[in-house]
Amino acid sequence: MPRTKVTIDGNEAAAFVAHKINEVIAIYPITPSSPMGEWSDQWSSEGQPNIWGTVPSVIEMQSEGGAAGALHGALQAGSLATTFTSAQGLLLMIPNMYKIAGELTPTVIHVAARAIAAHALSIFGDHQDVMAVRQTGFGLLASNSVQEVMDLALIAQVVSLESRIPFVHFFDGFRTSHEVAKVEELSVEDLKAMIDDDLVRAHRKRAMSPDRPVLRGTAQNPDVYFQAREAVNSYYRACPTVVQNVMDKFAKLTGRQYHLFDYCGAPDAKRVVIMMGSGADAAQETVEYLNARGENIGLLKVHLYRPFALEQFAEALPKTVERIAVLDRTKESGSIGEPLYLDVVTALREAGRDIPVVGGRYGLSSKEFTPAMVKGVFDELKKAAPKNHFTIGIHDDVTHTSLAFDPQFSTEDPQTVRAMFYGLGADGTVGANKNSIKIIGEETENFAQGYFVYDSKKSGSVTVSHLRFGPRPIRSSYLISRANFVACHQFVFLDHFDMLSSAEQGATFLLNSPYGPDQVWEHLPRSVQDEIIKKKLKFYVVDAYEIAKQTGMGSRINTIMQTCFFAISGVLPREEAIARIKQAIKKTYGKRGESVVQKNFAAVDHTLAHLHAVEVPASASSTFELRRPVPLEAPEFVQNVLAPMISGNGDSLPVSALPVDGTFPTATAQWEKRNIALEIPVWDEKLCIQCGKCVLVCPHAVIRAKIYESGKLTGAPETFKTTPARWREFKELKYTLQVAPEDCTGCSLCVEACPVKDKTEVKRRAINMHDQLSLRESEARNWDFFLKLPELDRTLLSTGQVKDVQILQPLFEFSGACTGCGETPYIKLMSQLFGDRAVIANATGCSSIYGGNLPTTPYAVNPEGRGPTWNNSLFEDNAEFGLGMRLSIDKQTEHARELLRKLAPELGDELASAIFNADQSKEKGISEQRERVAVLKKKLAQMKSPEAGALVPIADMLVKKSVWIIGGDGWAYDIGYGGLDHVLASGRNVNILVLDTEVYSNTGGQMSKSTPRGAVAKFAAGGKPTAKKDLAMLATTYGNVYVARVAMGAGDMHTLKAFLEAEAYDGPSLIIAYSHCIAHGYDMVHGLEQQKNAVNCGHWPLFRFNPELVQLGKNPFVLDSKPPTLPLEKYIYNETRYSMLRHSNPQAAQKLLEEAQADVNTRWKLYEARAAQNGSSAKEPVKETPHA
Amino acid sequence: MPDLSTNYLGLKLRSPLVASSSPLCKSLDNLCRMEDAGASAIVLHSLFEEQINLEAFELDRWLEPNEGFAEAQSYLPDLTAYNIGPEGYVEHIARAKKSVRIPVIGSLNGVSSGGWIRYARLIEQAGADALELNIYYLPTNPSMSSAQVEMMHTELVEEVRGSIHIPVAVKLGPYFSATPNMMVKLDRAGADALVLFNRFYQPDFDLENLEVVPNLALSNSSELPMRLHWVAILYGQIQADMAITGGVHTAEDVVKAMMAGARVAMMTSALLRHGIDYLAEVRAKLVEWLDAHEYESVSEMQGSMSRRSVADPEAFERANYMRVLSSYV
Repeated sequence: MPRTKVTIDGNEAAAFVAHKINEVIAIYPITPSSPMGEWSDQWSSEGQPNIWGTVPSVIEMQSEGGAAGALHGALQAGSLATTFTSAQGLLLMIPNMYKIAGELTPTVIHVAARAIAAHALSIFGDHQDVMAVRQTGFGLLASNSVQEVMDLALIAQVVSLESRIPFVHFFDGFRTSHEVAKVEELSVEDLKAMIDDDLVRAHRKRAMSPDRPVLRGTAQNPDVYFQAREAVNSYYRACPTVVQNVMDKFAKLTGRQYHLFDYCGAPDAKRVVIMMGSGADAAQETVEYLNARGENIGLLKVHLYRPFALEQFAEALPKTVERIAVLDRTKESGSIGEPLYLDVVTALREAGRDIPVVGGRYGLSSKEFTPAMVKGVFDELKKAAPKNHFTIGIHDDVTHTSLAFDPQFSTEDPQTVRAMFYGLGADGTVGANKNSIKIIGEETENFAQGYFVYDSKKSGSVTVSHLRFGPRPIRSSYLISRANFVACHQFVFLDHFDMLSSAEQGATFLLNSPYGPDQVWEHLPRSVQDEIIKKKLKFYVVDAYEIAKQTGMGSRINTIMQTCFFAISGVLPREEAIARIKQAIKKTYGKRGESVVQKNFAAVDHTLAHLHAVEVPASASSTFELRRPVPLEAPEFVQNVLAPMISGNGDSLPVSALPVDGTFPTATAQWEKRNIALEIPVWDEKLCIQCGKCVLVCPHAVIRAKIYESGKLTGAPETFKTTPARWREFKELKYTLQVAPEDCTGCSLCVEACPVKDKTEVKRRAINMHDQLSLRESEARNWDFFLKLPELDRTLLSTGQVKDVQILQPLFEFSGACTGCGETPYIKLMSQLFGDRAVIANATGCSSIYGGNLPTTPYAVNPEGRGPTWNNSLFEDNAEFGLGMRLSIDKQTEHARELLRKLAPELGDELASAIFNADQSKEKGISEQRERVAVLKKKLAQMKSPEAGALVPIADMLVKKSVWIIGGDGWAYDIGYGGLDHVLASGRNVNILVLDTEVYSNTGGQMSKSTPRGAVAKFAAGGKPTAKKDLAMLATTYGNVYVARVAMGAGDMHTLKAFLEAEAYDGPSLIIAYSHCIAHGYDMVHGLEQQKNAVNCGHWPLFRFNPELVQLGKNPFVLDSKPPTLPLEKYIYNETRYSMLRHSNPQAAQKLLEEAQADVNTRWKLYEARAAQNGSSAKEPVKETPHA
Repeated sequence: MPDLSTNYLGLKLRSPLVASSSPLCKSLDNLCRMEDAGASAIVLHSLFEEQINLEAFELDRWLEPNEGFAEAQSYLPDLTAYNIGPEGYVEHIARAKKSVRIPVIGSLNGVSSGGWIRYARLIEQAGADALELNIYYLPTNPSMSSAQVEMMHTELVEEVRGSIHIPVAVKLGPYFSATPNMMVKLDRAGADALVLFNRFYQPDFDLENLEVVPNLALSNSSELPMRLHWVAILYGQIQADMAITGGVHTAEDVVKAMMAGARVAMMTSALLRHGIDYLAEVRAKLVEWLDAHEYESVSEMQGSMSRRSVADPEAFERANYMRVLSSYV
């Protein structure tokens, strides 16, 4: 019976096999392997059984270390068990991997291989993680393509059962884990045929059981440990043969033959490249292309990397080989060479073959690896003295390791359709393209491949889809550079990206355009017109947004653009294509309701009438060009280094352009004008009461307020608005609320927060949304003028009032966070209050991505050049990382004071005494201390003593520093909880801000221990069955930790007070901040309202626990919320994460709702009782700013 | 013991007391209690096409991958099945039919022609004894004429009537320029009964927050006379049965409804206010009233005070209006 052809990505292929042949699956999210866990959890929650008829048990752990521990235990107790991971996650498994291997325990860990965080984090693919476990005793088996992932996932498991060697089965992160390709799905019969149940029984027999007790995990001494370590040798020696036998058995079953080392190319090749991973496919394509044109070269693809099979390696390599290049997708600084290179050199030596070998690095962090680069390597091997320890794919102008190559060289098959689509993350382009690949892959004989490139922003992000279809197998594991179809799904992209540079001669260009075929030409940049004419492109336009509007599709143009693609490209006959699209719509959307299907059908039916060919003029007429990525006044580093990244040309930057140690300047986001908002807020100065609420809630710091003297208005643009300041103490001054039009994301939270309503038309607020395009230029001029107005002296303001806080300059601005983000307002507030003396340790997660992802970053500086200094260490260690900073600062401060004491006579006792005794509890005190330290430094500069020299670099430590430890709930509740707990217990003065979205937002919405009962999340597809952990209450049990639970939307004054109290407290402080999130499944414009609901229903009771109150004889626990007034269901069913369970499993939803309501009731009683303790009258809720 | 039975929608009912559409009807347990308390039929809560669409669109919107960021291409797991369509309602009808012996009438509020017909058929297939079309239409477009509104109503009734075989009742509001004419048109379009009248939940203003707030006030007996008025006028002029809904709270209200010409009196607010068991109280008092006034059956009083049956038809007409006004001091 023919096997099913499916169009899936590498993660799904691995998970498909792993879920079918395991019983226990311990998981933890990490990009790019998370989907393997997600699929497993979902399939188990749907009751899908494995090949033995039982549904695998899937459990999410608190970290990869936890997953490895659970894996080890499950294996020891006799189950077939697995896990999935990447990068740092695999590194966290290393201790257990030694144990699992040392105990000869069969298992397979499936790894989407990824770069390791070193000078910077990278989520993208290379082999640094798997190379870091090559010494653990695990076997390492590499898959190079999606089909191989499915096949070798099975082969690895079979081999492991037979050989007793545990395996890491790995494939390249993103390039393979996320590439969608047409593959043959293994059937249950295949899996059963391959797995020998006797070996499963043998595994069970070795398991721990009190019925036949054994003991493992002994402690061994010098007398026997060594011998026992050597006792495993025979298993490792036998393993390669086992692998090959299993591969042979698999070949008989499926027809796909693998070898430990697969050689391809000329049998008598003189030059050979050795490598593993997805790059090998590009290399094979190149070798075949060049050999067909007279070359004599070969490629050795390594599948079994550990145990390294010396004999089979030597056999696989043609006898004729004279030169070898070994390509490693990893980097080991300080080594003689990278691991595969060293292994090959050693293997050849031990095999007695004296062949010159050079090694090189390629493709780190998913850097493109193309046939042009492969050819570059083979060309290098022709030279008399090929460069060793080279790099390929970059320009190393510092240590000159890089090889030259011809970027124009291409091996693209002319019979393959190559299509590129530029879209927005939110417009559905990627989804439509995945659907198209499925249609073509599963409904035609064509081979199909799809790969998707994303930018680094979470809002307004650009996607580029690369699709190939054709009659021949596709091995092109690299991006398309010669497209015969280019689609631009967003008209504004034309100004930003040179997308037609990838179009080949005579290609088709499809543009989503608000302008019709007769008007569009005059709206194209000059270079776009030139390319269309020069390359004789066939040019089509469609007004997809108009069709989407007519058919109720909103902003999703996926179905419309997909229909256009099929209509123009001719991949399928038009009628058939339409029918297939509709089938796909039914399949994809049918379960979400007939109305959704009908809406999409209508979009398909309306499309063709609006698709028009454009008659291309003979000459270009446009007078404008692509926009500059950054303005000319941007600093040199921004111009030279960040600007190329912004415009998509970061690959062209040479090594010398990049910092050697990962250190970047801050305040760079201001230079990247993204213009992603369709509408922006406009201030009505006549209605405004200057309360500052809009400024407070703005996630991107694009609404600012300033108070200034009227004389500063000289030269103001004509449309610049101003009004008298409504402060008693500043009534002579002017006030302006200004929006940054090109940085706003259009979320509307500011409008929602505005308490003012026009008495003549209540829908009007003091700030209202208007079309951005018509306001862009004038408001940009106003913004520039506004920025030049002086900042008000901070010491004149009361930081305890929201109204005053709006005047404080935010030192966190224009981040790439989601539109309407619920986290960033808290960080921005922190930056306004303490930013000029803040040191930040940031856990990996959303806040580290929008906080530190290149090209530009949001932490900013004030006019004096001060601002937050920021670093991200890891996901799991952030609390400790921040504590280390505190320890360091405290130590240096202490030493500075010691030196100051010694130098006091020379410096003058008055200055020294003033510095020693400074009260830095208020802005004014800090400001005065800064002035004293400035005087001190001037004096020190004149002094020659060693003490003076030692004091200079640490003198600034005499000014109070504010250490902030920031992260999400995944960090604080799960992976970092142990460290966080320890830091809370340390008593040191750190401020911990937990941005609680109740889910792992950054990796796509996996359950954390903060996820509430009843909420659906990835890894909790059936609704989370257990209650949310009460981290805040746990922290109060220490007694000496300041704790606050806040929700800005429910109480902005409460939030502000909590931040001030936490920072002022001389000990550990913990603020848990309710952060609405796109992962909750509702429109973020309602985020503030939903925060109120969360508080009013008792899900999120506000409280502060201030240990300082104990000294005053008061109860430290102040409950700031009123008793719940809203049933829980009125809050939760506003969010899809809850309501979807009502649709998928109403009985379970009802049960979990009742339990969750009981959780709320019980917790409220507990809080009330706690607040009533000690007989104190500590209940003094914070007064909120009254609404107008 | 007087005979309480009546005929409505071709169904022989044991009394004129019908439990009308309300959230109470979502629970099978409540349906059984209604039957036990003396309801002769139950109109289920409405299936709202608009709500189904909204829920579907909302689910689709948030389950559709965002796909703009490499690490998070979606935020929620897309499960294999959702009970997003009318399936839940249809199953409820089927279960209701198994749970009670009295007739179960489905209620439908649609927004599209296709939706009305599709869902009407599903309700019929689920085993409902009849279908009540809950036409809650508020014309807000000033360019839409009364003729267009009326045509929309009649066409809808014709289409649904032509699509299913179970009896069809039409529940609608009182705001028509020529109410009798409209009712006759609906009668001719195939309505088996007219349910008079729907209550439009008109919003209120929150003066502190300057917001429009939904206002869901329960009815009281003062709303009954308007309904009595029109039923009494229409009685004998149309073939369709009539039901009174809105303002029926006491046994006396039921008697009045019957005397005006209704076949059944529907109760919703009274049950929400006093509980389901209140039905039994009303039924007992109805029997008491009939006994006290020596009526042998409900049928003998039906229409007995309709416009054509009273000695002074002017009481229903303009002359009466003038008299009332001039007597108000």
